[in-house]
Amino acid sequence: MHEMGIAMQIIEIATASIPTDEGDVAVARVNLKVGKLAAVVADSLRFCFEIAAKETPLEGAELDIEEIPVKARCKACDTEWTIEGPAFNCEKCDSGQIEILSGRELNIESIEIADEA
Amino acid sequence: MLIQNDKIRLARHHQDGHSHSHPHSRGDTEVHSVKSGRREIKVVRRVLDVNDKMADENRELFNRHGVFVLNMMSSPGSGKTTTLEKSLATIMPEIKCAVIVGDICTTNDADRLAVSGAPVVQINTDEFGGDCHLAAHVIEKAARSIDLDAIELLIVENVGNLVCPAEFDIGEDARAVILSVTEGEDKPLKYPLMFRKSDIAILNKTDLLPYLDYDVGEAVRSIRQIHPDMPVFEMSSKTEEGMGPWLDWLKRQVRDKLQQA
Ligand SMILES: Nc1nc2c(ncn2[C@@H]2O[C@H](COP(=O)(O)OP(=O)(O)OP(=O)(O)O)[C@@H](O)[C@H]2O)c(=O)[nH]1
Ligand SMILES: [Mg+2]
Ligand SMILES: [Zn+2]
Repeated sequence: MHEMGIAMQIIEIATASIPTDEGDVAVARVNLKVGKLAAVVADSLRFCFEIAAKETPLEGAELDIEEIPVKARCKACDTEWTIEGPAFNCEKCDSGQIEILSGRELNIESIEIADEA
Repeated sequence: MLIQNDKIRLARHHQDGHSHSHPHSRGDTEVHSVKSGRREIKVVRRVLDVNDKMADENRELFNRHGVFVLNMMSSPGSGKTTTLEKSLATIMPEIKCAVIVGDICTTNDADRLAVSGAPVVQINTDEFGGDCHLAAHVIEKAARSIDLDAIELLIVENVGNLVCPAEFDIGEDARAVILSVTEGEDKPLKYPLMFRKSDIAILNKTDLLPYLDYDVGEAVRSIRQIHPDMPVFEMSSKTEEGMGPWLDWLKRQVRDKLQQA
């Protein structure tokens, strides 16, 4: 539902990341890392991005979304595991005292610029 | 909300004990290589960086004034406004309160809350593009019209929605999520981020239980499955039955914050 706002932030950050001495360049691809816990629907984000990118250096750019698994560490027994479903107890000792190591990401990793032909 | 899909995958194929993390591996999905004729420029930033920074500024502002800030979230109609009305009536004037309430449109909730005598700032997000959540910059603007030295507790009633508000930090000290017994027992499993990020949960409208086929134990189990140690307050904000423990929790938070300031 807030994918439009997120798409606009991506465009803003990506545009600001284009080296200033480059003049008019087109961004061909934006590489994102999105954790499986993030409240983002990939298809909806792609759809919004396509619309929001019109008339910006990102028009027509591809969004590469790398899904990051939810990983956790148990504070009681130190087990590290990947959370596959909606259950956040330690898979070994059942403790609820866990630390989420990954899966909350909503990061823009890099942009790819097409060299002028 | 990608985690939802995982429920369908009944076959667990990760039985190999291969559990140590590989922060740099890209898994076995497509490895993206940069095509020739392209240059990759590293960015590495959180997409919500701007909101996060604004939220940190808000938090510093609230800390300077010793104000405890609670972000209240739920689906539309779970009882945020009713819970607030009843809670304010009990804790005021002992605790000096103010409220920021977000809605896509109308001032109905603000009118209801103003009866308490607390300063109420209504935010209609249609001014900000009809957002489904309150963002940190909106809270910053709303807080400017509140005398922070005159209050100890600021409650933010977020827009009714279990998805988006979970992702947007507003500079709060704690988050409360309300679930009502007219919603499915498995809601926490469908909105894991919200229940994971919240500090307490309220199970509201318990006065309706005699008329429903609702399994309270199952609802609490789903909450605990997502957030094992989270306090869950079962209550009815209509009859006010069971509100005591929630109000005690709230008062304790305000007191602790005042002592820190
Ligand atoms: N029976 C019963 N009804 C309740 C209770 N709490 C709230 N309601 C009713 O539920 C409806 C919605 O309550 P609100 O307090 O407006 O809910 P809200 O979460 O603020 O709604 P939005 O701001 O629109 O998202 C109203 O008709 C309330 O009277 C309760 O504990 N028991
Ligand atoms: Mg309301
Ligand atoms: Zn463990």
